[in-house]
Amino acid sequence: MAMTYLEAVRETLRQEMRRDARIIIYGEDVGVRGGVFRATEGLQEEFGEDRVMDSPLAESAIVGTAIGAAINGLRPVPEIQFADFIFPAVNQIVQEAARIRYRSNGTFGVPMVIRAPYGGGIHGALYHSQSIEAFFAHVPGLKVVMPATPYDVKGLLAASIEDEDPVLFLEHKGAYRSIRGDVPDERYLIPLGEAEVKREGTDVSIISWGMTVNSSLKAAENLAKRGVSVEVLDLRTIRPLDTEAILETARKTGKVLVVHEDNLTGGFGGEVSALIAEHALFDLDAPIRRLAGPDVPAMPYAPSLEHAFLVTPEKIEAAAQELAAF
Amino acid sequence: MAKAKGKAAAKKQVDGGLSTERLHEMYYHMVMARALDERCWVMNRGGQAPFVISGQGHEAAQVGTTMAFDPARDFLCPYYRDLGVVLAFGVTPREVMCGLLARANDPSSGGRQMPSHWGHAARRIITGSSPVATQILHAAGVALAARVRGEDTVAAAFFGEGSSNQGDFHEGLNFASVHRLPVIFVCENNGYAISVPVSKQMAISSVAARAAGYGIPGVEVDGLDPLAVYQATEAAVARARGGEGPSLLDVKVVRLTSHSSDDDQRSYRTAEDLAAERAQDPIPRFRSWMESQGIWDDPQEQQLMTRIKGEVDDATEFALASPVPDAATLLDHVYAP
Repeated sequence: MAMTYLEAVRETLRQEMRRDARIIIYGEDVGVRGGVFRATEGLQEEFGEDRVMDSPLAESAIVGTAIGAAINGLRPVPEIQFADFIFPAVNQIVQEAARIRYRSNGTFGVPMVIRAPYGGGIHGALYHSQSIEAFFAHVPGLKVVMPATPYDVKGLLAASIEDEDPVLFLEHKGAYRSIRGDVPDERYLIPLGEAEVKREGTDVSIISWGMTVNSSLKAAENLAKRGVSVEVLDLRTIRPLDTEAILETARKTGKVLVVHEDNLTGGFGGEVSALIAEHALFDLDAPIRRLAGPDVPAMPYAPSLEHAFLVTPEKIEAAAQELAAF
Repeated sequence: MAKAKGKAAAKKQVDGGLSTERLHEMYYHMVMARALDERCWVMNRGGQAPFVISGQGHEAAQVGTTMAFDPARDFLCPYYRDLGVVLAFGVTPREVMCGLLARANDPSSGGRQMPSHWGHAARRIITGSSPVATQILHAAGVALAARVRGEDTVAAAFFGEGSSNQGDFHEGLNFASVHRLPVIFVCENNGYAISVPVSKQMAISSVAARAAGYGIPGVEVDGLDPLAVYQATEAAVARARGGEGPSLLDVKVVRLTSHSSDDDQRSYRTAEDLAAERAQDPIPRFRSWMESQGIWDDPQEQQLMTRIKGEVDDATEFALASPVPDAATLLDHVYAP
């Protein structure tokens, strides 16, 4: 059935909680209020306060206690209300959750999914708009999942909850209500680490993840009308990374545009570019191009400034067209 | 056992709480912790162990608290000084020495972590790290899961007074008290965070006072008296099992060694201070008390020392003969297989 990205999050949580009593949800405002974005609406009514809990406003506690709960047999799905607020919990995520399996020589694990809404274009300004994936994609032991569509939300969220290792599940706030799609009723899993070609093409490859996949698809549609055939590869998870899919599309079209909303320098696009340069340089017909947020500390509030920051379908279209003409 | 009043209280324990056998067990763990710790320093100074971090002076606090928990159902989150904790919860001297020498069969980490970063899945001791106070949240989470799963489990986090300045300490006590979780927070307060004295760490005289901010009991305990420690912990555990929520124990101990093998506390503590602390060593004190109760004598002491030396020698030889980790395992256990 057709539903929004947000509904896909909620219905997947509901479906998973019905089948697995080990799943608990907690975070700021997720209980009675059902989350500031309503992602957990109705879940406390259905599953009770023991399984859907409001927590104190303290991100390190939310993640740190979830680690303990995961070690003691639960499948916690804590929510960080905005990805921008995850930084007080970085020590628990990076130094603890991500390192526990390795440092214990495989004797402990942390099966936990941290959900966090990320991204801008929603009048969120500096502290409600950030894309944080590059900080965490650097960390071995952690998985970073960034779905673009309601269908992928369902399969990836279920797979993340089933995963034995800590997963950072980043949901784009702009996608919550603006992106709709068909989602089957039955349960299905999308393996973490498998990219998907969302649109086939032959002239230029756009490689992206999260919300900018949707913007890239719009750009590709417009370019098709002008005779430019664009392939769009959705990485879906950036750690683990589907390196084969990246190299395959790079070799196929010979022209690669990497698109992300996070700012350019040190962004994950650099990793994708380096990978292609290392393994597929002689298959390229043009320099790899990156289109990303500008190198400013974060997204400003005023609509004029916010719009100027965003990686829009128009900007993607222009960059891809330029690349096609190279 | 301290002074006349303590004697009566301890006597009551002998009768009602801890049997003579348990008291001997308590003393055994304390002496074993000290003997192993001293052996670690010998190995360090002899060039066989690059790093040692010590618990000397904390033994009564560590063994006294740990014996109040149930190894079959409780979980402990110790910190790097807690040799006495892990021994009293079932970790063997051989396992400790394999950790010191970073052998493949080190149960904490297979030689991946520095020594004394305890963890032992079979002994319900949760893996710890070097950044302090993080384990306080893990213990609260373990207790949360226990409650959701309907298990009669109490969790404990151990840490130093320096850790009580960390955000995770405050977030953990707050979270646990809001949800009335069965968790005990044990501060082993030795007065120093490496070189920084407690007077420069906090503007209050006691870590226990911090409990008031979370609406939970904060109890100051003489950490040189294993029976006082045991009683205080037993009361906190009973409270937790009874659904009354967490407690904070501020267990005052002495630090008889430098922070670690890379530190020299003579550079920031006076000779008088160090001598005064040495005079308060909890181990001879507990032995004297047992003798005064007529439950310990010289032949028993001699016998114990012989046994412990044999076990420490055995542990050392076992670890030295154990394989080092195969370099081919470097990439193992990043993710589940």
